Amino acid sequence: MKKYSLYGLIRNSFNHQENWPRVWRSLQPKVEYDVIIVGAGGHGLATAYYLAKEHGVTNVAVLEKGYVGGGSVGRNTTIVRSNYLWDETSYLYEMSMKLWEGLSQELNFNLMFSQRGVLNLFHNEQEKRDTARRVNSNRLNGIDAELLNTEQVKKLVPILNTSPDARYPVLGASLQRRGGTARHDAVAWGFARAADARGVDIIQNCEVTGIRIEGGQVTGVDTTRGIIKARKVAVAVAADTSTLASMAGLRLPIDTHPLQALVSEPIKPVMHTVVMSNAVHAYVSQTDKGELIIGAGIDHYNGFGMRGSYSIIEGTMEAVVDVFPIFSRLRLLRHWAGSVDICPDASPIISKTHVKGLYFNCGWGTGGFKATPGSGWVYAYTIARDQPHPLNEPFSIERFTTGYLIDEHGAAAVAH
Amino acid sequence: MKSPLDSSRSQPYRLATGGRIDRAKPLTFTFNGKRLQGYQGDTVASALLANGVRLVGRSFKYHRPRGIVGSGPEEPNAILQVGRGALTTPNLQATEVELAEGLQAGSVNCWPSVEHDIGAINGLFSRFLPPGFYYKTFMWPSRMWKTYERFIRKAAGLGVSPKEPDPDRYDRMNTHCDVLVVGGGPAGLAAALEAGRAGARVILADERRELGGSLLDGRDEIDGAPALEWVNAASRELASMKEVRLLLRSTVFGYYDHNFLTVLQRLSTDSTSISRPLIKERVWRVRAKQVVLATGAIERPLVFPNNDRPGVMLASAVSAYVNRYAVAPGSRPLVFTNNDSAYRTVLDLAEAGIPVQAVVDVRPEPNGPLPSRVKDMGIPVIGGHVIVDVKGTKRVKGVEIMSVDASGERVEGRRRSIRCDLVAVSGGWNPTVHLHCQSGGGTRYDGEKGCFVPDAPAQEERSAGSSKGSFALGDCLGEGLEVGAEAARAAGFGDGRVSTPVPTVEDRAEEPLKAMWVAPSRRPPVREHKQFVDMQEDVTAGDIVLAAREGYDSMQLLNRYTTLGFGTDQGKLGNVNGMGVLANHLGADIESVGTITFRPPYTSVTFGAIAGREIGGLLDPVRKTAIHRWHIEHRAVMEDVGQWKRPWYYPQPGESMEDAVNRECMAARNAVALLDQSTLGKIDVQGPDAAEFLNRVYTNNWLKLGIGRARYGLMLSEDGMVMDDGVVIRHGEQHFYLTTTTGGAASVFSWLERWLQTEWPELEVYLTSVTERWSTIALVGPHSRKLLQDLDSDINFEKSSFPFMSIHSGSLAGFPVQVMRVSFSGELAFEINIESDLALAMWQALMKAGEEYDITPYGTEAMHVLRAEKGFIIVGQDTDGSMTPVDMGMGWLLSKDKDYLGKRSLSRSDCVRKDRKQLVGLLSTDGTTILPEGTQLVDDPSAGIPVPISGHVTSSYASACLGHPIALALVKAGRARKGSIIYAALRDGRHVKAEIVSPVFYDPQGERQRV
Ligand SMILES: Cc1cc2nc3c(=O)[nH]c(=O)nc-3n(C[C@H](O)[C@H](O)[C@H](O)COP(=O)(O)OP(=O)(O)OC[C@H]3O[C@@H](n4cnc5c(N)ncnc54)[C@H](O)[C@@H]3O)c2cc1C
Repeated sequence: MKKYSLYGLIRNSFNHQENWPRVWRSLQPKVEYDVIIVGAGGHGLATAYYLAKEHGVTNVAVLEKGYVGGGSVGRNTTIVRSNYLWDETSYLYEMSMKLWEGLSQELNFNLMFSQRGVLNLFHNEQEKRDTARRVNSNRLNGIDAELLNTEQVKKLVPILNTSPDARYPVLGASLQRRGGTARHDAVAWGFARAADARGVDIIQNCEVTGIRIEGGQVTGVDTTRGIIKARKVAVAVAADTSTLASMAGLRLPIDTHPLQALVSEPIKPVMHTVVMSNAVHAYVSQTDKGELIIGAGIDHYNGFGMRGSYSIIEGTMEAVVDVFPIFSRLRLLRHWAGSVDICPDASPIISKTHVKGLYFNCGWGTGGFKATPGSGWVYAYTIARDQPHPLNEPFSIERFTTGYLIDEHGAAAVAH
Repeated sequence: MKSPLDSSRSQPYRLATGGRIDRAKPLTFTFNGKRLQGYQGDTVASALLANGVRLVGRSFKYHRPRGIVGSGPEEPNAILQVGRGALTTPNLQATEVELAEGLQAGSVNCWPSVEHDIGAINGLFSRFLPPGFYYKTFMWPSRMWKTYERFIRKAAGLGVSPKEPDPDRYDRMNTHCDVLVVGGGPAGLAAALEAGRAGARVILADERRELGGSLLDGRDEIDGAPALEWVNAASRELASMKEVRLLLRSTVFGYYDHNFLTVLQRLSTDSTSISRPLIKERVWRVRAKQVVLATGAIERPLVFPNNDRPGVMLASAVSAYVNRYAVAPGSRPLVFTNNDSAYRTVLDLAEAGIPVQAVVDVRPEPNGPLPSRVKDMGIPVIGGHVIVDVKGTKRVKGVEIMSVDASGERVEGRRRSIRCDLVAVSGGWNPTVHLHCQSGGGTRYDGEKGCFVPDAPAQEERSAGSSKGSFALGDCLGEGLEVGAEAARAAGFGDGRVSTPVPTVEDRAEEPLKAMWVAPSRRPPVREHKQFVDMQEDVTAGDIVLAAREGYDSMQLLNRYTTLGFGTDQGKLGNVNGMGVLANHLGADIESVGTITFRPPYTSVTFGAIAGREIGGLLDPVRKTAIHRWHIEHRAVMEDVGQWKRPWYYPQPGESMEDAVNRECMAARNAVALLDQSTLGKIDVQGPDAAEFLNRVYTNNWLKLGIGRARYGLMLSEDGMVMDDGVVIRHGEQHFYLTTTTGGAASVFSWLERWLQTEWPELEVYLTSVTERWSTIALVGPHSRKLLQDLDSDINFEKSSFPFMSIHSGSLAGFPVQVMRVSFSGELAFEINIESDLALAMWQALMKAGEEYDITPYGTEAMHVLRAEKGFIIVGQDTDGSMTPVDMGMGWLLSKDKDYLGKRSLSRSDCVRKDRKQLVGLLSTDGTTILPEGTQLVDDPSAGIPVPISGHVTSSYASACLGHPIALALVKAGRARKGSIIYAALRDGRHVKAEIVSPVFYDPQGERQRV
C-alpha cells in the first residue's frame, strides 16, 4: 500500500499525481476462498479488514452486487456516537468509538472523523427521565455523557429554538462530546483499500444469488459471475438481509423500511455540533463542505425500493425549521432514500446460524454506520474462531428464542 | 458601423432595441455594494451583463474568477447572496433571480472581494490538490485534525445563513388534475392546448415568468410570423379554458410514486420593499392522472483549457441575453461548437449588430444550411479546429486555436490567436430528463443525437420535444400536440387524435454534431491547463482521469470521489461531459460507465416552502380537554403529554411547585380533590365477539365480567412485555368500553385493529375511538361520596349498591353521566364520564358543590405522587418495553386457563430468569434525599468503571402524606432483596444509600379505596 501523506502529495505533484496506485485492485474472482463476505458496505469491508489484520485470514473475498459503498454506508447521515442505554449495546458501540478514534491513522485514509459532539434534545418529562437514565448508565460504563439544561443547550447551539413557547420546548439534552460525524464514503474506501492491501479480493458487480449448503455446512455461493466456493460465508448486506437469509432457508425477525435523508445547499459554518431530537424528529449536522445534512424518519411500510415518500420529507422540514427557525430560507439541494433492516428490539444481530460456516451481521436499522469498525471487529472474530466474542455474544439470533432482547428503541429506533 | 448599444451609458451593454424588458421601468440595485441599473423584466444576471459586469464570483476550490455561463437553472458560477438581514438568502443563481427595485446582491465565498480574493492562492497549489486530496492528508498528527478541519470548514460553504427567523410565510396546496404538463415551451404549450381542447383538467407549469420556453430566447417563426405571436395566441386560448390552470414561476421539482408531483411556485419576487409577512412561495402537491414532460433541453458546454474564464458562455445563453433581455454579453464574440445549433447564436448576434469574430467548429467541414448561411454573411467559419487555450483571467481577451488531426483526437499545426471578449460554446444538448428519471424511468444514449434520451416511462408519463431529444421546432410542436391528445385520452378525454394541424415552421435542417466530451488539446488532461467539467465543484477533466486511475472508475464512485455533480446546480452542465471523459479514459462507451442518479429536487427548494405552515404552534396539533379553559383560568401550569396539554399543578400565589403538589396530594388524601383525566384513550368495543377479543388481547379473563362491572386490564406486546394498561367496563353482553394510557391511545387502537383485520378476521368486533367524545373527571378523597350525595342524582352512591369496580349511569346535578368506582390514588374515588360538551359545566358544578369540603383540583404531578405512594405503575415510566408483568409484580393478572397475546413469550428462558429486574420501592436511608429519576443503582459504590449496574430509579417523589421521599425502582432480583441496601449513583459521583422495600408505601391492604 502506497502511503497517503502530505509529503506524498507534494512528491507526486511532480508527476501530476499520476502515480497513485488503485485504491483496490480490479479482479476476477478466484474459484475458492477461505471466507466469502457478502456485501461491500461498511460492515462487510471492515470485517474483511479485521479478518486479515487481527486473525491473519487473508484468503477472503468481498462480493458486492453493485459498487463499493453504494448501499447505506454511502447514504447515511454519518452520525457516530456510543451513548446507548443497555450495557450490552453500550459496550459494543463504545468499542467501536474507540476504534474510530484512531482509524484515519490506522487505515491511512482521512475519514474526517470529527468529534464535534452530539446533542440529544428532550422535550418532555418522560424523555427527560429516559435521558437521565441513559446518561447515568453511560457514565457508569465509562462513556462520556453529560446532561444539559436548556440554558446550557442554548449556549452550545445558540441558533436552536429554545423558546418556552415552542410547540415542544427544549427542556434539555444529553451531550456526548466524543460523538460526531465521519465522511461516509471514505469509511468504505478506507477499509476497502486497507483490506485490499492485506490481500483481500474486493469484487464489484458480483451479486450473490444463492447460498450452497451441503449436510448443514456452507460450501459456497452462486453469483452472477459463477459459483464461488468457501466453507465460511459471512453475510453483511444490510437492507437485503431477508433476501440472503431466505437463500439459506432462514427467516430472521427483520423488517426492511425506506429511510430518507437530505442536504441543504452549502453555507458557511453555522452549526458546530450534531443536534438530534426524537420528539420533534429532526437531526441536523453540518458537513465540512458546508451542507446541512438532515436525517428523516423511516417510512412505516416495508420496502426494499430505496424510495421514500415526500410526506416524510415534509415532516422533517417542518421539524427542522421549527427547531432552527433561521434555516427557513435555506434551500434543499437533494434528498434520497436508503433501506434499513430493523430488528424488533432495535438492536443488531451478529451471529452464527444453525448452518455451519454461515454467519449473519444485520439488523442495524437506522444506526449502523457508527458501529462499522466495532461490528467488523467482532464479526471477524466470530468468523475466524467460529464463536462469538463476549461483546457480540448477547447479539445472537438465539435471543429471539430465549427472550433476551436488548430493547434500544429509546436510544436507537428513531435516532441515527 | 453604428453601435447597436444603447447610447445612454448607464447600461453600457444594453442593446438599443428589442428584448422582453420594460424600458419604462428602470430598477436600481446593488451588486457587491455598487449601484447599478436594470429594467423590469431583467434577471440579476442579465442586468449585470448589461452593466458590463463579467466577474461575478470565485470558484469553490481554487477561487478562480468566474462569470455568468448560462441563463437559467443550469448556472454554475453566478451564485449570489441576495437581500439583507432577516431577508437574506444565500446561494441564489443570478440567472434565476428577477430584478427588483432596491435589490442587494453580492458574491459569495470570496474575501476581501471578488476582484481581489485571497483564496486564489489555492490556485497556485492546485498541483498538490488532486481530487480527494483531503482523503490523503491532514491525518498527522491525529489531534491536529480538529484544527485543520476548522480551516477547511471556514473555507467551504458558499453563502451565509440568515441570522434571524424568516419573516415570510409559505403555503401548500393540494390538487388533482387529468394532465399535468411540465414546461411551457412549444412542446408543452402544444400538449396543454390539445389536452385542454379534449376537455381534460390541465395544469401547465413553467419555471419562467412567462410562457414560451425556448421561443422566448430565439427568433423562430411559426406559421410565418414571429413565434411569440403563436405563444400569445396559445396562452390566450389556454387562459380561456375553464379547466386549465396556468402556473408560472413554478418549478416542478419532484416526481414521486403514483404520479405525485411537487411544484414550487414563487409568489413574491420582491425581496426588499414589501411589508411583511407575505406569502413568498407555495408548494403545489399535484396528483396527476397523466403527465407530459416537455422540460426542454440544456445546452452542453465544451471542455477545453481555461474554459472557465469569465466570458465563456453557453451559446444558448448568449442568444437568450441578446434576444430576451436585449443585452450584448460581449462586443467581440467568438463561437466554438461541434454542432449546427450554435450557428443560430451567430445569426442572433449578427442580427443584433454584434460582429462575430469567427466560428470555430470542430467538424472539418461544416456545410449544413446554417453554417452556409453564416459563411454567406462573411463570418469566418474555421472548421476542424478547437480552442486550446483562453487568454485573460478576469475576462476573456482572446483564444488560441489549433487544428484537429485526422484521428480527431489530437491537435496539430500551429497555434493561432484570435482576439475576442466572449466565447459562446455549444457541445450539443442534454434533454432535461430529470423528472423522467425521478419517476423511475431510465435513459439510453442516442449516438446520432449525441445525448441521453428518455427510455420507456415507469409511470403514466410521456416526454415530448427536446426533453425527448427532438430538438427541431416542428418536431416539438408535432410531438406536443400528439402527447397532449394521447394523455387526454388516457385520462378519459377525447379520442387521442390531434385536433389541429401542426403549425408550419421553417426548420433549417441540421447536420449531425460531433460528440466531444473534452476537446483535443496539446497535452493529456492531467497535464493540461485546467479543462473544467464541473465549474461549481472545480472538477477538471484531469481530475476525472486521476480519480479513474485510482479505481474510482464507475460514475457513482467518480461522482462521490471528485464531487462532480454535487454542486447547487446539481451537475446540469457537467455530468454528461464527466461521463464522457470517464468513458474516453476507459476506452469504453459512454453508456457502460454507470449512470447519473437524478435526485429530487430538480432545482433547490426553500426549506420553509416544504415546511409550509406546519411550524411553530402548528407543528403538531395541540389537543386540549373540554375543561382546558378552566385550567388556564385557574393558573394551572401545563405539561405536554403527547399532543395533549394537561394541568401539571395549580400553584396558588406564592406557592412553589413542591408546595402546590403537596397541597393537592393532601387534599386527595384527607378531603376531596378532582383531576381532569379526559386524555386517557377510550375505545368503544362492540360486537358478538367483543368478549372473546378482549380475552385474547388482555392477560386476564373477560368472559365472566358482569355487565356494569369494571376491571383493570394489562396488554402485552408479542414478546410478553407490558405494553399498555387501563380499566375496561362492560356495558352489555356485546359492548365494552376500554381505556388506555394517554400516550398509548393511538398505538393501542391500531394494534387492536391490526389483530382484528390481519390475524383474526373471523372475529366480529367493531372498534371506535371515543377519546374525544367522553370526558372523565376523577373525584378523589374521603369526602368524594358525600359530595356526590349532596348533588341532585338518581344514583345511589352508598357502598352497598355502588361497590368498588362497578359502574352506574344516571343523572348528576342535571347532567347525564356514567360514574365508575375505580381508584388510581388508593382513596375512595369516583370517575365521572360525561359527554365532552357538558364536561366543563359538570366540573364547575363539582367545584361549586365541593367548596364546602375545600375541594382542590390537582394535576398530573400530584396524580403521579398519589399512585406512586400506592405502588401503581405508569406504563412507559416504570416500564420500558423490557418488563414482564411478573417483573412488575402483576403476575396475578396472568390467566392460566386461556391464551393471550404475549403469553407464549413469557415462558422463554430469559423471561423466567431469576435475576430479572423487578419493581420495588426504595427509601433513602437518610429519610430526606429524593433520588433523582433515572438514577442508576449499584451494589458496590467503590467499584471501578465499568460499574456493574443493578437497577435504576423510575419514579421518585417527596411524599407529603408519608413525610418522607419515596421511589419506585427496577432492581435485579429486587423482590428477594427487600430490606437490603443499594446505592444510587449520582452524576456528581456521590452515592445515596437506599433501602429496598415494598413498592406499596401507603395503605398496603387497600382499605381506603374500598370504603
Ligand atoms: C438515510 C440513512 C441515514 C442513516 N444515518 C445513520 C447515521 O447517522 N448514523 C448511523 O450510525 N447509521 C445511519 N444509518 C444506518 C447505516 O447507514 C447502516 O446501518 C449501515 O450502513 C449498514 O451497514 P453497511 O454499511 O454494511 O450496509 P450497506 O452499505 O448497505 O452494505 C450492504 C451491501 O451489500 C450489498 N448487497 C446486497 N445484496 C447483495 C447480494 N445479493 N450480493 C452481493 N452484495 C449484496 C449491497 O449492494 C451493499 O453494498 C443511516 C441509514 C440511512 C439509509
